[in-house]
Amino acid sequence: MTTTEPRIIPMGLALNEAMDIAMGLDEKVFLLGEDIAEPSGGVYKITKGLSTKYGTHRVRKTPISEAAIIGAAVGAAIAGYKPVAEIMIMDFIAVCLDQITNHAAKIRYMSGGQTTVPLVIRTSAGAGRQFGAQHSEMLEAWAVHTPGLKVVVPSNPADAKGLLISSIFDPDPVLFVEPMLMYWDPQYACDVPVGDNRIPLGKANIVREGKDVTVISYGKQVHDAVKAAEILAGEGVSVEVIDLRTLVPLDEATVLASVSKTKRAVVVHEAVTRCGFGAELSSRIHEELFGTLAAPVARVGGQNTPVPYAKNLETAFVPQVADIVAAIKSLNK
Amino acid sequence: MATTNRPDSPDRETLVQMYEIQNKIKTTDERFRSMLTSGQIQLIYYSPRGQECISAGYAVHLRPDDYVVTIYRGLHDHLAKGVPMRELWAEFLGRSTGTCKGKGGPMHITHPDSGLVVTTGIVGSGIPIANGFGLAAQLAGTDQVTVVNFGDGASNIGAFHEGMNMAAVWKLPVIFVCQNNLYGEHTPMSMSTGVEYISERGAAYGMPAVTVNGNDPVAMWHAAGEAIARARAGEGPTLIEARTYRFYGHLMGDAMEYMPKEERKAAMAADPVPAFRAWLLENGHATEAQLAEIEDKIVAMVDDAVEFAMNSPEPSLDELYTDVYEEIIK
Ligand SMILES: Cc1ncc(C[n+]2csc(CCOP(=O)(O)OP(=O)(O)O)c2C)c(N)n1
Ligand SMILES: [Mg+2]
Repeated sequence: MTTTEPRIIPMGLALNEAMDIAMGLDEKVFLLGEDIAEPSGGVYKITKGLSTKYGTHRVRKTPISEAAIIGAAVGAAIAGYKPVAEIMIMDFIAVCLDQITNHAAKIRYMSGGQTTVPLVIRTSAGAGRQFGAQHSEMLEAWAVHTPGLKVVVPSNPADAKGLLISSIFDPDPVLFVEPMLMYWDPQYACDVPVGDNRIPLGKANIVREGKDVTVISYGKQVHDAVKAAEILAGEGVSVEVIDLRTLVPLDEATVLASVSKTKRAVVVHEAVTRCGFGAELSSRIHEELFGTLAAPVARVGGQNTPVPYAKNLETAFVPQVADIVAAIKSLNK
Repeated sequence: MATTNRPDSPDRETLVQMYEIQNKIKTTDERFRSMLTSGQIQLIYYSPRGQECISAGYAVHLRPDDYVVTIYRGLHDHLAKGVPMRELWAEFLGRSTGTCKGKGGPMHITHPDSGLVVTTGIVGSGIPIANGFGLAAQLAGTDQVTVVNFGDGASNIGAFHEGMNMAAVWKLPVIFVCQNNLYGEHTPMSMSTGVEYISERGAAYGMPAVTVNGNDPVAMWHAAGEAIARARAGEGPTLIEARTYRFYGHLMGDAMEYMPKEERKAAMAADPVPAFRAWLLENGHATEAQLAEIEDKIVAMVDDAVEFAMNSPEPSLDELYTDVYEEIIK
């Protein structure tokens, strides 16, 4: 094995590389979505250059018709293609939910395994840019609640690339949630290996080892969890941080092993707390480890409101590092 | 006489083949309804009786590798496309030997070997999916076509609009067959739809569209043939509005009080299947003995399928978690 210089790139570029690699490997992979072809290469430029390289038949600009986009992806996937559909912003999933939940998710089951739907729906999500209530939501819990869908939320460029290639070649439909704020922000850039470095779905990453408390998160909040861990390290509290990477399949073994060790857990996500993924995970930890826990599992999540516009309100909606620190401390009382 | 007499009618073999399909649908439907009425079986049943000629008219143009997408009222499309009788019955009865191992049921019949790729219970949702099959054929450079069936009511849902537009813009090899039986559930078309003919909507998408008497097998055969030939040649989609009538209301047990009695009586008196049979005989396209032999064969086939299905086991409980994903995820 040769070691190479670190190659620090942002998530937007890493995602572009993943699609480039997948399209180069398999001519059955094609992309469709609004404005994804040149000259714009997508409103976030994630597909920049790909239509020039692979042609507009494989990087297809669509009408503004989300149900038709996902429907076409479903049909083509059953017919043997590997479509990657872009839904510009996650809130817009609402207008094509029927194609996602009633069709993409259920067709393998309803056909008794005769037809399968190996597609990926890429979508950008998250608050923090004052986009208001209809352009900022994290709706991953909707998808997790639908058997048949896999759900991926990467937290850094290297994972985004490796998980996206795996998702494209996965035999089942994958909802791939991209934290919008991380696309081009250099503070989230990291070393991304060149080439086809896949990360399997269902394998969590222990980002930081610790022995007193386990913080479980995914997506952008993993960075906040690490910051909280750094703050508390100064106060003598050792925090383990787990990045789930994928919610379905869920790497329960890694979570339960960690919490068995620390006996305390905090679940962190940006999505609305009520019925969020943290509720499910907290429940699973209680079911498996109730007798051994030193404290009930704590949840840190978005407020139970639409995402507000005003900067101060939006900030109040999104869980902050200080909220994670406070939650961890509450377990140690 | 509902059947058009045209010099360019299909050949004798095709005419008899269409009758055979129609009769297979009619006989199967009659058996389902009698077994439901007598309480031998229980299921939610959407009778396609009255709409047989539409499926027969397009199906004889198709190859096994052409795709058909249909809806909950889809038995006629399933049989026309060649879904095997035994597996079809077994699936309707929720048995492990069914097309979908008993896991889909009548609303989700799937049989890829016959090209019956999707049956959906969501009004209009097959339309965007059919585009995906069309796109796959277009990308692969094959001349496969996709026929997607839906009702008049479905032409009022958003998926119809999005799907028709995308098919037209991308010139997809898809034939949109609106089986207009004049009702959506309990609502007559005049109370739900702003146009008199669904085909008027084709213009809004720049898509060729025709209205045809769906109960006239020869007219339906011509309309479908032209649309399918155009799609195979890469010339894009067509909307066919095939006018017909549902003999037994929305679903089995429907009291049908919203359907004028006279209207229904007239439609049933003009039953297109016996009418076509008589036309075949009158015009010398078939002999009585030939048709009787076909009919007997179909009765035997249905007898066999019913016995097969009734004697098949339910799926094993182990099947609950299979086919959710490729691997079992709990
Ligand atoms: C999206 C959706 N809305 C409502 C229903 C309930 N529903 C089932 S069939 C039907 C009527 C559809 O009428 P039409 O499209 O004309 O088809 P037909 O039943 O007449 O063949 C309705 C409203 C449904 N299945 N899906
Ligand atoms: Mg109708």
